[in-house]
Amino acid sequence: MVEISKEQVKHVAHLARLAITEEEVDVMTKQLGDIIHYAELLNELDTSHVEPTTHVLDLKNVMRKDEPRKWIEREDALKNAPDQKDGQFRVPSILE
Amino acid sequence: MSVFDYTLKELQDKLHNKELTVTELVQAAYDQIDAVDDQIKAFLTLNKEAALEQAKQLDNETNQADHLLFGIPIGIKDNMVTKGVRTTCASKFLDNFNDPLYNATVVEKLAEEKTVMIGKLNMDEFAMGSSNENSGYATTRNPWNIDYVPGGSSGGSAAAVAAREVFFALGSDTGGSIRQPAAFCGVVGLKPTYGLVSRFGLVAFASSLDQIGPITKTVEDNAHLLQAIVGHDPMDSTSANIDIPTYSDAFKQDVKGLKIAVPKEYLSDQEGVDQEVRESVLAALKVYEDLGATWEEVTLPHSKYAVAAYYLLASSEASANLARFDGVRYGVRSENADNMIDMFKKSRSEGFGDEVKRRIMLGTFALSSGYYDAYYKKAQKVRTLIKNDFDKVFENFDVIIGPTTPTPAFKVGEKVDDPLTMYANDILTIPVNLAGVPGMSIPCGFAKETGLPIGLQIIAKHFDESMIYRVAYAFEQATDYHKQRPSLGGVQS
Repeated sequence: MVEISKEQVKHVAHLARLAITEEEVDVMTKQLGDIIHYAELLNELDTSHVEPTTHVLDLKNVMRKDEPRKWIEREDALKNAPDQKDGQFRVPSILE
Repeated sequence: MSVFDYTLKELQDKLHNKELTVTELVQAAYDQIDAVDDQIKAFLTLNKEAALEQAKQLDNETNQADHLLFGIPIGIKDNMVTKGVRTTCASKFLDNFNDPLYNATVVEKLAEEKTVMIGKLNMDEFAMGSSNENSGYATTRNPWNIDYVPGGSSGGSAAAVAAREVFFALGSDTGGSIRQPAAFCGVVGLKPTYGLVSRFGLVAFASSLDQIGPITKTVEDNAHLLQAIVGHDPMDSTSANIDIPTYSDAFKQDVKGLKIAVPKEYLSDQEGVDQEVRESVLAALKVYEDLGATWEEVTLPHSKYAVAAYYLLASSEASANLARFDGVRYGVRSENADNMIDMFKKSRSEGFGDEVKRRIMLGTFALSSGYYDAYYKKAQKVRTLIKNDFDKVFENFDVIIGPTTPTPAFKVGEKVDDPLTMYANDILTIPVNLAGVPGMSIPCGFAKETGLPIGLQIIAKHFDESMIYRVAYAFEQATDYHKQRPSLGGVQS
């Protein structure tokens, strides 16, 4: 049985790009642990010879011609942006 | 009574004879919203000015193509993108997403049919929840009793239809999010076969499970609304390219000789199915017997694993899908960040509610290095077993019938502190999404003490929505549960 540690919760939060307070770490450690324990129910089943289902329908890759067409204008693409400059999305510095 | 108590055909006759105008219909929607929505809280955003303007135009047009949906007021769940109309998914993260750039394909199709969009409907944030208590704005209330939840995640859609705030609505269903609120609110809700309705413009939650579907007061109206939104869409690579039947043709056939399967797991104490719900379903089966169908108990042996498999799969997919909410191109950006990663983290943490964070965390964990095989892949394999259960039953039966939910609606606040108890409520709807088959909830009774509706679930093979309509229509014709209306639906005519 897998135990989830606080350190793991912090690591997962970082991977998921979530800021998480110490208090939330405590709550999340318990709740994630409970859900994961519940999910261990699946281990009752022997699935060694079962193929995974990723998709229920028998769909193949869907291809189309790679042709340019009109879609969204630059100014429209920017109009819901929190911040913009010179026709581009502006973000805080990437390098510290 | 409300003008929304008529059927589509009756309304079109009245519009045609000038007994009613589209403007009156649209005004009736807003009057009812004014009268009851302070209590029901079904709407997040109203489209009033544009809707009344459109109504005026439609009143000057003749309904030349005999569109059945011409001028009919509709509500759209707020996870479907509407051009120029605020779309939030009931998330604070999208609080300022006031000007989406395009329409979802379903919204575009409804515009072609000349329906009138009344507004955007409340839901659990990003469709994650079974009670609407996870909305970032307000908890929608059940029109039959406002101390109770309307179900979720399409709780706003089901409540608005039940309360006669719109004629009908669209919802989306990933693990029961159309059928469960339809059951709780006493209306008709269909989750179509995976791939039948385009998801282009539906904000993705779990892409291998999500489907859009109609919520209506009657089975007949449901078929007409489905007809308007189905079809292959080049903008959705998972959209199926199949011949579409005329769904209303199904109403010409009775149910004599049909073979109904009743999964014993769906009537079981172990799955928490309460006595009254079981009795209502058995009474419904008696109705089918009287109509000439036969039923037999069958087994879907892997049902008890469905909830665990679902939460791993849906959360994993959600953790990837919700990565797009980064505060760069749209949505709310935290003002407290000093670098890019910090901006991502703070924007997401300030914008997302607890349940959304919990599922992103669970999904990220299940997909993370070292755990992928044990959780995500294991769940995909169990999904195969669940799908095989359905395939096997459909070798010998036309349709599967059971309850939609183990119990009628629960009280606001009752399950909110315990995610696992909340999840267990979806045990009878989740397997249908995992198998990708279509399922519908129709009203089949009322709880004696609370008067809350009980839902009957009808499940058919892939792309056999016609079978569901045939079976549901026969029941509706033989009973009058669908004619009952909630107290809050009767406030105003």
